[in-house]
Amino acid sequence: MHRRGVGAGAIAKKKLAEAKYKERGTVLAEDQIVQMSKQLETFKSNLEEFASKHKQEIRKNSEFRVQFQEMCATIGVDPLASGKGFWSEMLGVGDFYYELGVQIVEVCLALKHRNGGLITLDELHQRVLKGRGKFAQDVSQDDLMRAIKKLKVMGNGFGMIPVGGSYLVQSVPAELNMDHTVVLQLAEKKGYVSVSEIKDSLKWEKERACHILDHLLKEGLAWLDSQAPGEAQYWLPALFSEITSRDVTPEEANQMTP
Amino acid sequence: MDRFSWSNGLLEINETLVIQQRGVRLYDGDDKAKLDVGVVLLSTHRLIWRDVKNHECCIAMPLSQIILFEEQAAGIGKSAKIVIHLHAAPANKEPGPYQHSKYSFIKLSFKEHGQIEFYRRLTEEMTQKRWENTPFSQPISTGTGSQAGRTRAVGIVGIERKIEEKRKETDKNISEAFEDLSKLMVKAKEMVELSRSIANKIKDKQGDITEDETIRFKSYLLSMGIANPVTRDTYGSGTHYHMQLAKQLGDMLQAPLEERGGMMALTEVYCLVNRARGMELLSPEDLVNACKMFESLKLPLRLRVFDSGVMVVQLQSHSEEEMIASALDSVSDKGSLTAEEFAKLLGLSVLLCKERLLLAEKMGHLCRDDSVEGLRFYPNRF
Repeated sequence: MHRRGVGAGAIAKKKLAEAKYKERGTVLAEDQIVQMSKQLETFKSNLEEFASKHKQEIRKNSEFRVQFQEMCATIGVDPLASGKGFWSEMLGVGDFYYELGVQIVEVCLALKHRNGGLITLDELHQRVLKGRGKFAQDVSQDDLMRAIKKLKVMGNGFGMIPVGGSYLVQSVPAELNMDHTVVLQLAEKKGYVSVSEIKDSLKWEKERACHILDHLLKEGLAWLDSQAPGEAQYWLPALFSEITSRDVTPEEANQMTP
Repeated sequence: MDRFSWSNGLLEINETLVIQQRGVRLYDGDDKAKLDVGVVLLSTHRLIWRDVKNHECCIAMPLSQIILFEEQAAGIGKSAKIVIHLHAAPANKEPGPYQHSKYSFIKLSFKEHGQIEFYRRLTEEMTQKRWENTPFSQPISTGTGSQAGRTRAVGIVGIERKIEEKRKETDKNISEAFEDLSKLMVKAKEMVELSRSIANKIKDKQGDITEDETIRFKSYLLSMGIANPVTRDTYGSGTHYHMQLAKQLGDMLQAPLEERGGMMALTEVYCLVNRARGMELLSPEDLVNACKMFESLKLPLRLRVFDSGVMVVQLQSHSEEEMIASALDSVSDKGSLTAEEFAKLLGLSVLLCKERLLLAEKMGHLCRDDSVEGLRFYPNRF
């Protein structure tokens, strides 16, 4: 006499479905999830081994970090997506970049009143290095750029504008289109630009040049020097280098102006 | 640049390393030298430069070649430099990267700074001229006699060997690291492909996936850093991790939000939370994904995105009408306000005050005066 267990029918149905799928050569998703779970465990221990041998390499060698990031990108993996990811937890890459993100935000915020939210990658690099102190891990410009890319996720207007072989880092959601970018690039050489320069180099009409410059003034990205000899000059504080400018206290300023 | 000779970079007897600086590019006069960025080393006797990537590429020049040197300040987009003017190369100079040069000066460009200290040390060495007291013999181009060879005391060989060994070991470590990394990446790639296959099956409904399994799958993706391809789900790309995080944030942000008038920019939250954690920091994505879960978890916070793209966390109790009413009050009170003035008034960030004014404007309560002097808001009397 046969005794049927409860659910025998369901089991039989499942077996039939499995058989059908196996016939067509496809594996069920839930089986693959189990497979993935196993592979994940193996991968985790491989990564642990790698970390025990080479964690220092990532910490100390910025060139290695670049290679690492590029390899990850090639295979479709983002090691910085989550602090809870294996890469972050075991290699410590996460904390490195997330902390850098915090430092970048703080530097940009501190200087916003002066440069309107636009800063050269060089200056940002200098200031971040200074903030980190002598004994901290080294940080390269590639590191900064990757950290900035991650910051973009938080919708705060972070972006990078290519200018003169390097970049300007934007940290406010100011609307900057191609015209603005081109004017910024023109201003890069001297730190300022004038309407006639724009007309000469870019062959724009006066109205177009003025419109763009006015927008930069409004956004606080440019300062107007209407007393410049000849014609007015539009200066971009983001492009002032440390050496040619210095911060002045109100007392000093009072003594300087006649 | 024709004053340099190829070198193995090893220090001679009585030669001491004074300072080294990486991130230095050489210039032949005003032109960039056909070399990459490298490390410059100053010893008591020579100026040495080595390519960072290719350690075999190493050149040196005796300090006696230097007539004078000066600093060249950094410019916009240009690194600080030290310009070094040189005597003509001696006839018996060993071959180097340049046969001849039209310039009699070179430049060191300090792309990673360090020029100030380097200049100081160079000045010291050029003043003391220690190489004159303890010369080592210059090799002549053709080996015409044993006395032309370099003299080396036995003791120094050990130190040189150690330096060389260390360098080789570093190189070996790096290449081993790369090898291991490549192997790891191959395995990671398998995982990526497997996850894509699973995602496709979920989409095509091949098989019986429970919600539990879906959540598990998402956490695997999170661990590997693979973007979530499955879009139909209850919690966005949230996982248990993000749910926990959302609850933690709910507790942690109450007080700071109240201090700041009920609203904080997401970047501010990011900095606040990560500074508090100190380690095991949150990624920007972790934060965004956690905040997206506030509503479904019935927490009293909301993630909000303004038209400008600015993302904020705000207290749910913080009603829109209140914000607009207060903005209108303040503006009417003062006649007109800019975002900066409003920020000073409320003690809040300029960014968020601007958003409030824009919101009030959108609702028709304020109108703007947009001039070169700034954006100013007035009560809307139309």
